[in-house]
Amino acid sequence: MSLGLCNFNKDGTNDDDAISKNFADLHEPLSLLQAKAEADRCLYCYDAPCITACPTSIDIPTFIHQIRAGNLTGSAKTILSENIMGGTCSRACPTEILCEQACVLNVSQEQPVEIGLLQRFAVDSLMEKNLEHPFKRAPLKGKRIAVIGAGPAGLSCAHRAAMLGYDVTVFEAKEKAGGLNEYGLAAYKMADDFAQKEVEFLLQIGGIQIEYGQKLSEQLSLKSLQEDFDAVFTSVGLGLTNQLGIDGEEDSRVIDAIQFIEEIRQTDDLSSISVGNDVIVIGAGNTAIDAAIQSKRLGANNVTVVYRRGEESMSATQWEIDLARKNGVNFRFFSAPKSFSSSSLECDYMRSENGSLVTTGESYKLTTDMVLKAIGQTFDQPSFSELEVSKGKIVVSENYETSIKGVFAGGDCIDSGEDLTVQAVEDGKQAAHAMDHYLSNLSGEK
Amino acid sequence: MANLKCKVAGIESINPFWLASAPPTDKYVNVVRAFEAGWGGVVWKTLGEDPPVINMSSRYGVHKNGNQHILGINNIELISDRPLQTNLDEIRRVREEWPDRVIIGSMMAVIEEKAWKDLAVAIADSGVHGLELNLGCPHGMCERGMGSAIGQVPEMVEKVTRWVKEVVDIPVFTKLTPNITNILWSAEAAQQGGADAVSLINTVNSIVSVDLDQMAPTPVVDGKGSHGGYCGSAVKPIALNMVAEISRNQPTKDLQISAIGGIETWRDAAEFIALGADGLQVCTAAMLYGFRIVDDMIAGLSDWMDEKGYDSIDDFRGMAVGNTLDWNELNINYDSKAYIDPESCIECGRCHIACEDTSHQAIEFSVSDEGKRTFTVIDDECVGCNLCAHICPVPECIEMRPVDNKLPHLTWPNHPLNPMNTVEKQI
Repeated sequence: MSLGLCNFNKDGTNDDDAISKNFADLHEPLSLLQAKAEADRCLYCYDAPCITACPTSIDIPTFIHQIRAGNLTGSAKTILSENIMGGTCSRACPTEILCEQACVLNVSQEQPVEIGLLQRFAVDSLMEKNLEHPFKRAPLKGKRIAVIGAGPAGLSCAHRAAMLGYDVTVFEAKEKAGGLNEYGLAAYKMADDFAQKEVEFLLQIGGIQIEYGQKLSEQLSLKSLQEDFDAVFTSVGLGLTNQLGIDGEEDSRVIDAIQFIEEIRQTDDLSSISVGNDVIVIGAGNTAIDAAIQSKRLGANNVTVVYRRGEESMSATQWEIDLARKNGVNFRFFSAPKSFSSSSLECDYMRSENGSLVTTGESYKLTTDMVLKAIGQTFDQPSFSELEVSKGKIVVSENYETSIKGVFAGGDCIDSGEDLTVQAVEDGKQAAHAMDHYLSNLSGEK
Repeated sequence: MANLKCKVAGIESINPFWLASAPPTDKYVNVVRAFEAGWGGVVWKTLGEDPPVINMSSRYGVHKNGNQHILGINNIELISDRPLQTNLDEIRRVREEWPDRVIIGSMMAVIEEKAWKDLAVAIADSGVHGLELNLGCPHGMCERGMGSAIGQVPEMVEKVTRWVKEVVDIPVFTKLTPNITNILWSAEAAQQGGADAVSLINTVNSIVSVDLDQMAPTPVVDGKGSHGGYCGSAVKPIALNMVAEISRNQPTKDLQISAIGGIETWRDAAEFIALGADGLQVCTAAMLYGFRIVDDMIAGLSDWMDEKGYDSIDDFRGMAVGNTLDWNELNINYDSKAYIDPESCIECGRCHIACEDTSHQAIEFSVSDEGKRTFTVIDDECVGCNLCAHICPVPECIEMRPVDNKLPHLTWPNHPLNPMNTVEKQI
């Protein structure tokens, strides 16, 4: 798979073969030869900046050294011991703003070590070997932990808690585990059903049970979980999508980008996904970019990202923006959507005045038959009325404990940094340790 | 362009680069390809008495560094496994076709006078420029009383050299084994026997690796392995020292030297010549990269000589010999300190951890609020060991700066703290 777009038929008709090519792996995995050559570039820094830049603090110089030394299993263990979803993170992490941005080779060679690709190489080689699960459970503690939500934070927490000797039950609203790994990341980043493979791998530790189709309700509430379990970890993510609040938003042609991506991720037949001819994506984050590129790769003729501020204000990384451009996505900056009607989106031209955004009074119309909204999601507050919430996120202490004793939280529903898979994994891991500490102290009190 | 012509033991060569006696010089085809590539000469693969030896499969093991680059090869191949006459016919043919190139006949026999003399005469008759007595192979042949079995006994080195000198009137090179305690004993023995030159080093006895699946040393022959001869860039430091020892030893300082041992680049070549080598022999580099490797040995040496203003090899030959001393003769009052250039530092921290863990805790590591990592040498702790400068991945980032401490030149034998010095004074 190349970073660019596979050509469709000239008449614009969808071609199944072209679509499937467009949704194959974004990056070819490294061959052994490539991995060794890339590993050779690592300087094996002391107290390396890349480790600090990784939210999960993977010992990157060590895992790369292990690739070089021919200890691939050890390399994968080094990664997974800090980040059990090292496989997904190696595919989905914006490494250009994390580990690779911190690589000292940026200074001397203007090209960092390809840490993400090396991490994928190591983790994939372990997972492909189907060896015994690399981690063992500590002696069982006879205590039970409930996890709400089987996304990256929940699964990471479940795995670490199981490792520490707890029995874990995960309650998941959907039919599959993985959260945004399964439903929200662009398909070409998670080719070959990787999210499910990773879930399977992670569950091999034992002691984790997942209950599917379990939404929080009166029967399944924080209160009831607290009664049935020794501690609760909530990692429900952001359940609500933000609304534009413009005329015509209720039109069936205006849909949530998250919903669109989920459809793509869940289908067995990509050509069955209906995509418009002139797609507009509203938003500035990586979800907007994922939605735009996937629209293009499904065969949309024109895809335009509309954003009310300038390019420099986009939260999507430069690498993602460049990838979109390589795929033929257009950008309209300083354009605030105003209304949707009769196949067009009307936008106000905006300008920046002393740092604040004001309308110029001029507007224009873009022809469109599909508008994808990617203006962010928010925490579904009403479902957790008993928890203290601030700025739309659950308030936690530095030990990931919420305002309710014994209830912990992590992932996108708390404010722990960027809303990234890798941050969610770190939250889950740290929260598991915090719960262990909490429960050990409780036992001590007895 | 500098003149690379040289003369070894009276034999003129268009350049100092000869291929050593080894698989690359096994037969007509290889040797002609080598001459076409530009090599100045070859030492033909060692010839023995008929019937020829029989070689094993497989024959080579390798030692790699962490980056999987080959540092050295070890081999368990024996001498030429083709009939003597076949080799001699081919030598004669190449001599006629390539009159400006050097061919030296390498030979080996059991420790019997007639055997050495008959073989020497037969090879000399094929028209070779000189003979090289292989007294070095540390595997196989030594088990039959040849190779290093002779080279490790100075009396035998002298005797064999003399036998050959008595029957031929062409230059004789005695090839020395490094598998000894003191190279001067065998070098002086060769000189006593009348050798026109010594060739060194032959391969170092070694096991390069163990196959952990077969649990046998490599190369593995039907589940078993043996020790073999180690060569390649990894042995260069050993060879440089032995060449220097001969060059700076009064009795052997004028002995001609054909230097061998890990020469892979023009720089290696220049280093050997600076330590007194008259000519050079190469094997492993050619085996790893092909005969074309000589291109830059020639170009690089010539460019460097032009830069330095050396017109011929003699202009810098042996120039480092006078600066090669015993430890006791070095200036103990000399001091230098590491200096880390903050502009070129890329903040990898390798210097810090090396110094902190294994040296003198002389490199301070601090992190600013903005996350900038700074590494600073603590002069009072730095002993000038060079470790950091070698480890630093950035060229010229760490410099060893001499300290002007106003102290006079002083050697350990004259040092006031040397108890031996005190004893001498009391006497």
